[in-house]
Amino acid sequence: MILRLIERTAVLLVSLAVSSVLVFGFMAVLPGDPARVALGVNASDEAVAELRRQFGLDRPLPVQYVDWLGGLLRGDLGTSYVSKVAIGPQVFDRLQVTLILVVAGMIIALLLAAPAGTVMAARHRRLSGFALSALSQVGVAVPAFLAGILLIMVFAVKLGWLPANGWTPPAEDPGMFLRQLVLPALSLGLVQGAVLTRYVRSAVLDVLREDYLRTARAKGLRPFPALWRHGLRNAAVPVVTVLGLQLATLLIGAVVVERVFVIPGLGSLLLDGVSNRDLLLVQDVVMVLVVAVLLVNFLVDLLYVALDPRLRTGAR
Amino acid sequence: MSAVAAPDDVLSVRGLNVTVRDTVLVADVDLTVGPGERVGLIGESGSGKSLTALSILGLLPDDVVADGSIRLAGVGPDLVGTDEKTLSRIRGRDLAMVFQEPMTALNPTMRIGDQIAEVMLIHQTRSGRAAARAAAAELLERVQLPPDLLRAYPHQLSGGQRQRVVLAIALANDPALLICDEPTTALDVTVQALVLDLIVSGVRERSSALLFITHDLAVVATVCDRVLVMYGGRVVESGPITTLFTTPRHRYTQGLLAASNLEPHDAPTASDFADGAYPDSGSGDVAPSSRTRSRRLTTIPGTVPAAGHFPSGCVFRNRCAHATDVCATTPPWTGTATHGYACHHPAGAQDA
Repeated sequence: MILRLIERTAVLLVSLAVSSVLVFGFMAVLPGDPARVALGVNASDEAVAELRRQFGLDRPLPVQYVDWLGGLLRGDLGTSYVSKVAIGPQVFDRLQVTLILVVAGMIIALLLAAPAGTVMAARHRRLSGFALSALSQVGVAVPAFLAGILLIMVFAVKLGWLPANGWTPPAEDPGMFLRQLVLPALSLGLVQGAVLTRYVRSAVLDVLREDYLRTARAKGLRPFPALWRHGLRNAAVPVVTVLGLQLATLLIGAVVVERVFVIPGLGSLLLDGVSNRDLLLVQDVVMVLVVAVLLVNFLVDLLYVALDPRLRTGAR
Repeated sequence: MSAVAAPDDVLSVRGLNVTVRDTVLVADVDLTVGPGERVGLIGESGSGKSLTALSILGLLPDDVVADGSIRLAGVGPDLVGTDEKTLSRIRGRDLAMVFQEPMTALNPTMRIGDQIAEVMLIHQTRSGRAAARAAAAELLERVQLPPDLLRAYPHQLSGGQRQRVVLAIALANDPALLICDEPTTALDVTVQALVLDLIVSGVRERSSALLFITHDLAVVATVCDRVLVMYGGRVVESGPITTLFTTPRHRYTQGLLAASNLEPHDAPTASDFADGAYPDSGSGDVAPSSRTRSRRLTTIPGTVPAAGHFPSGCVFRNRCAHATDVCATTPPWTGTATHGYACHHPAGAQDA
């Protein structure tokens, strides 16, 4: 167990180091001088040279890399070449918004998928299971932004129950924060939930065919308690994999929904950075996303071990 | 066969039919197990042995339906058609089962101790968790496993150890009837004898009755008092083990015995198996002994038909050398409920 934790942590650290080199290296070999890009084609050579000196772009690449990485470790993401403001606070603000939205969406997805997928599996021969199956199929086919627009039309425009867009930090006005969170989180959650439901269904179907579930029934457990006590933990392993993948994809994939609901998330910051040619900002956001994805994978790995004793090294 | 169930029978099955959609898998099976009696159910794969067992337990797969009557002593209603709630109170308490495949029978994510204790907690046969855990340790000891395995997970155990855990679970509540479905088939030969021994001593200590399903005649001979031979979803012959093995009446039983080299006057030894099965093993023998040469592997001609494709009348007639036109009608049961056969041309009869 401890060995496994050390091993996974080592893998995480190595992946982080390698990806930081890749992200930095990729931005460094991009054609075009960042200072020239920031100042525009009409800037004088002196102004460009001055900016290069100011931001340390005239130093050798390894020095720049170490400087950048050191900053990252201290939580300092540097200063934008374009707007001359510190990047760190913006990125962490936006990351917080996106994280809240994505986690809320995934919680909705899980709350939807776990019972629906289980019922679909347990009743896969009956009409109710079939109907749920068809419904989830439709859900999978609907893109999140379309779900968002439909939700806005119904709940904001027609019924007027909830605001159509906007974002309020939770500390400022918790009531408004929640009201504004509902629709975007739902549009993410409904679609991801539909996808997840299908995985839950197949995982539970697999478990229902297992011999140990028959043993549980032979012990005197009725079908549902047998599935609950002996099936769910076993079915959770493949579902956790998909959950981790979805979470990682959504960190950036939520940008579409963020645009529909006018939410200042990380995705829109990245797009702004790209269109403003703010190369350091782009580099920082990409790195933050990489860290987030690697952390999610790390947590998924640990969760496997917690769920399945067969994966604990030294147990054999 | 028109036997009336003796009132003291632990299990009494009458006219059991198992069907999947329109295909009949088990037809008109009668079966009784007396208190403390050890009854064997033998036959080739596909003969309906396991389905009979699962019918008794009420755990048939989704589309498979049983009808007839299955009664368990001390339990009010007929087990066929009883609601799930009642059945779940019987399973694991009055009626327990050991399955064929020990590698997959235990939950991989739950500790052995919890899996044993659970069956006692479900039926509240021990007062509380601590008592159930103590009982689990004792049960482990009875199947000759160290009590520190309580905290182990199934993957840390071998197949034989896992099967002993399954047996401990099955015996935990002192069931009136234990059903074992090929409990040693998936095991190493070296641990088969131990597991069989534990099964027999386990039911003896509790005076539980045993219904033992196997295709292995040698195993049935060591474990059981009485045996039923199944073929094509029917019971074709039954009787006390010695009588049935020395003077089989049904032609299928006769073929089965011949195929398994189990004649009591010529019990096979380990070297017989080695010589007989691999006559050309290149061991450098000058010539195979005359005895080995004369011992060909005997088989029953033909193969077991697929479910639903057995002939009408006598289910064995398309593989039977003695079959005549009369075999197109279902042979009547000859003899008593516990000792008899269903054959038009039985072995040892004048006209055979």
